[in-house]
Amino acid sequence: MTLVMRRLERLIGFVLLVGVLLSAATVLLGGVLFLWRHGSTPVHYRIFRGEPSDLRTLLGVWGDVMKGSGRGIIQVGLILLVAVQLVRVLLTGILFLLSRDKTFVVITTVVLGLLTYALFYAGR
Amino acid sequence: MVNTIFGLCLLVGSLFAGLIGSLTGLGGGVLLVPMLVLLFHVSVRYAVGTSLISVIATSSGAASAYLTEGYTNLRIGMFLQMAATAGAIVGAIIAGLLHGTTIAIIFGLVLLYSSYLSLRRKEEAESPRPSARLAKQLRLEGSYPTAGGWKGYRVYNVSGGFSLMLAAGTLSGLLGIGSGAVKVLAMDQLMRLPYKVSTTTSNFMIGITAAASAGIYLHAGFIDPGLTMPVMLGVLGGAFIGAKLLMRVPTKPLRIFFSLVIFVMAVEMIYSGLTGRL
Repeated sequence: MTLVMRRLERLIGFVLLVGVLLSAATVLLGGVLFLWRHGSTPVHYRIFRGEPSDLRTLLGVWGDVMKGSGRGIIQVGLILLVAVQLVRVLLTGILFLLSRDKTFVVITTVVLGLLTYALFYAGR
Repeated sequence: MVNTIFGLCLLVGSLFAGLIGSLTGLGGGVLLVPMLVLLFHVSVRYAVGTSLISVIATSSGAASAYLTEGYTNLRIGMFLQMAATAGAIVGAIIAGLLHGTTIAIIFGLVLLYSSYLSLRRKEEAESPRPSARLAKQLRLEGSYPTAGGWKGYRVYNVSGGFSLMLAAGTLSGLLGIGSGAVKVLAMDQLMRLPYKVSTTTSNFMIGITAAASAGIYLHAGFIDPGLTMPVMLGVLGGAFIGAKLLMRVPTKPLRIFFSLVIFVMAVEMIYSGLTGRL
């Protein structure tokens, strides 16, 4: 393995670490806000009702954040965590691209395509 | 119970689940869902959603540590990831169609099987045969650090591993787990990779597989921020501690103990599901 690839592998590890920490910090911030306001509200997770529609889509979550909602901010942190996975695949793809490995560039593109499809899958 | 107290209890429980999950290379999900459902009486679908997000966090946290150590085989990981991701999409869509009780029973059965798998596992002698043809064409062979320097390894049964990975992905999306047990089975037993290479490569894949299901879960309303917040933070903390300890802890006794715990939880999940107590 060349030095460049070894470095890129370390970069993927670094990006993962930063992404996870950033996501956790966002979740923590939202969590503090949420507990500050709703800390003494009884929990209600026994029966599945499904989340309200604003917490199910990117646009809806963003609208909640603009209103300063703790739950909205937590959701942004969670979406960030998912987005980091997309970046991880992308960086691995670049690693294969740099080593002129056509087969693996195609393989990574397939994974990236499936992942993008899933993230924007709207449900029926 | 109110949100603050509930959150604190969840944080502690999840820290423990994350630590064990990371040390055994099986991820936190197999412990999290039974903990949430049996101990905290959370609805199965919320539990599955929460667990899935935490699994992404665990995988990312641990993978960032493993990648710098040189165990992870990115080529094998990405190749098998095609099957795992496709499976994850199918699994998550099925999860949206099934009743919570059905998911709980399937979960219990998968747990039983994983506990059997980790108990049955035996160290096999190195095979003198050359690698599979497909493994050579895709240049999947690699090397990993041992006490005596870098050691090369061969790769067998690529198509078998690929098929099993499709099943692992489907289970991951259906049950909100990383399916580490099945992923490790595919690499360790079928493809005959060294154990540490199997667990770290499985860990690398788990986050990406789970991310595919997460998008679908989000739209289905499975992911509750108030519930996921303490669990994700706790599991992440546990995973970081686990990654630091991994090289110093003997994995075998841990795996045996963990399998017994899984076995008990599996029986409880199936029983609760069948008697309609969930």
